[in-house]
Amino acid sequence: MWSVLVLFGLSVVIFIIARVVPGDPARMALGPRASAEQVADLQASLGLDRPMVEQYALFITGLAQGNLGRSLLTEQSVNDDIRETFPATLELVLTTILIAFVIGVPLGVAAARFKDTWPDTLVRAFAIVAAVMPTFFIALLLQVLAGYVLQILPTTGRLPTGTDFQANITGLLVIDGLLKARFDVVFEALRHLLLPALALSLATMGQIARITRASMIDVSRQDYIEAARAFGVPTRVRLFKYQLRPAFVPPLTIMGLEFASLIGGAFVVELIFSWPGMAAYGIRAITQKDLNAIMGVVMISGVFFVLVNLVIDVLVGIVDPRIRIRGSRA
Amino acid sequence: MTEPAALSNAYQNWYRFSRNPTAVIGLVIVVLCIAAAILAPYITPYPDHVGAVVDFRNRHQPPSLDHWFGTDNVGRDNFTRVIFGLRVSLMLAFVVLIIAVPFGTLMGLLAGYFGGWTEIVIMRLTDIALALPPLIMALAVAAVLEPSLMNAMLAIASLWWTWHTRLIYSIVRQIRSLEYIEAAETLGASRAHILFREILPNCMSAIAVKTSLDAGFVILIGASLSFLGLGIQPPTPDLGTMVSDGASFLPDYWWESMLPGVAILFVALGFNLLGDGLRDLFDVEDVR
Repeated sequence: MWSVLVLFGLSVVIFIIARVVPGDPARMALGPRASAEQVADLQASLGLDRPMVEQYALFITGLAQGNLGRSLLTEQSVNDDIRETFPATLELVLTTILIAFVIGVPLGVAAARFKDTWPDTLVRAFAIVAAVMPTFFIALLLQVLAGYVLQILPTTGRLPTGTDFQANITGLLVIDGLLKARFDVVFEALRHLLLPALALSLATMGQIARITRASMIDVSRQDYIEAARAFGVPTRVRLFKYQLRPAFVPPLTIMGLEFASLIGGAFVVELIFSWPGMAAYGIRAITQKDLNAIMGVVMISGVFFVLVNLVIDVLVGIVDPRIRIRGSRA
Repeated sequence: MTEPAALSNAYQNWYRFSRNPTAVIGLVIVVLCIAAAILAPYITPYPDHVGAVVDFRNRHQPPSLDHWFGTDNVGRDNFTRVIFGLRVSLMLAFVVLIIAVPFGTLMGLLAGYFGGWTEIVIMRLTDIALALPPLIMALAVAAVLEPSLMNAMLAIASLWWTWHTRLIYSIVRQIRSLEYIEAAETLGASRAHILFREILPNCMSAIAVKTSLDAGFVILIGASLSFLGLGIQPPTPDLGTMVSDGASFLPDYWWESMLPGVAILFVALGFNLLGDGLRDLFDVEDVR
């Protein structure tokens, strides 16, 4: 229910930005030299001559049917444009989240285990610096270091140019490569993913490490952990089996909130690494004032956010059943 | 009698603050950056390099005693331009926060105290704002209006207030049921009095922490926007634009994009450390 409401509100906000604020999208699309008739024609074909409420009704029914309208620039439907560009962004963002958790959580656990000693200080310093590093700065830095100076990783695109491969099952190169047993493609796709995903993940990784540390320390003060300690349960078992599971909920929730800024960061990273995702499309749409495309990109980002948060809610319920039970009672 | 007590309280706070190394480092960085930005014309070695100066004989000079941060592709002194670039970054943070913080605080007070429909409407609005990536939103608004950094930042401000609203809301919810509020209500205090004189003072430390942390993040977003091409009109220097312009000369002339990048990192780090320090000082754990 909550998410439906958010999406509805989102559509209103986007509609207002695109239709009410700027004046005349038809005039903007055609440029200042178009004749009044041309503008009127385009207005009529876009439904811009009708009352605002009716326009919104058209827009929202289109949305409900999954139709984002036509792009004024590429002259094909925004749906097709986004279907072409979204998988690249999805693959980048999923890899980023994976890296952020796989490195961030152990860092947080280590910091909590060695609280107030040098590993803890190191992790906390890393978290602060990672949070304030501009994403574009990390991206450039990694690109120069690993790409140009060391020359160990590719710095642009998703695959080497000229690779003969169609990612037409899921659109995700790694998964499609596995499904089609093209392990050379999987390997190359991973190599290309590594730098942009690492650049994008640092800030989130720092946050996750910080939150994991705090919640591990919180949980370690609970009686059952004290009991485990008294029973002589080995440290590693205690940390990872008993302590980490409840402590895993806060970093998951943070991930959901961080997600919006992650998509924003993806725009910057995609641009720097020439990643053929939604960002390149979105930025072109923005510079050319392609309103339907802009609305489409913002809307998809919002939908993406809501979906990720739904998944996280489910995951939180699996990790900590107490929350699930409390939730169903309320 | 109240005067000495207040003084010693302030002194105690300052003492605790000065024992916190991260907070002190943060404060020093922030003060340094603000002072440098204000005094920029007097402390920079080549103040005229802010404009459209061209000196091709000195282009792409590496850092040296004459040019601490080297020179750019038309021979202008990078150190001068970085210091002036700080002005733009700090101005942006100031503009966004001067709008977002008071408005967000007011909304949080209203939603938390009155509840009911006020609460539902305001808090659902913040839910929607959370789902919008600020960077993309700013780009879109700036594109639809006029592509200027100011428009983009106004768009950021229009989303940013919701964070403060959520924070203040959660605090007010805790305070509202306390006995002293009930006492004030029974005594017939006006709603405005209760909101601004009874509740608001108890939110101030949380607001201070959050605002300091925010300043750093707003500077980061502003820099990202100018990196993406929404900067201040050239030739006025702007840190994000400098990183982006210098990036085409990487890795040979690394100082042209890396050092402005470090400057952004530096000022954002300052505000973050200061916010962290204030959080420890005021003991407001849950502010992020």
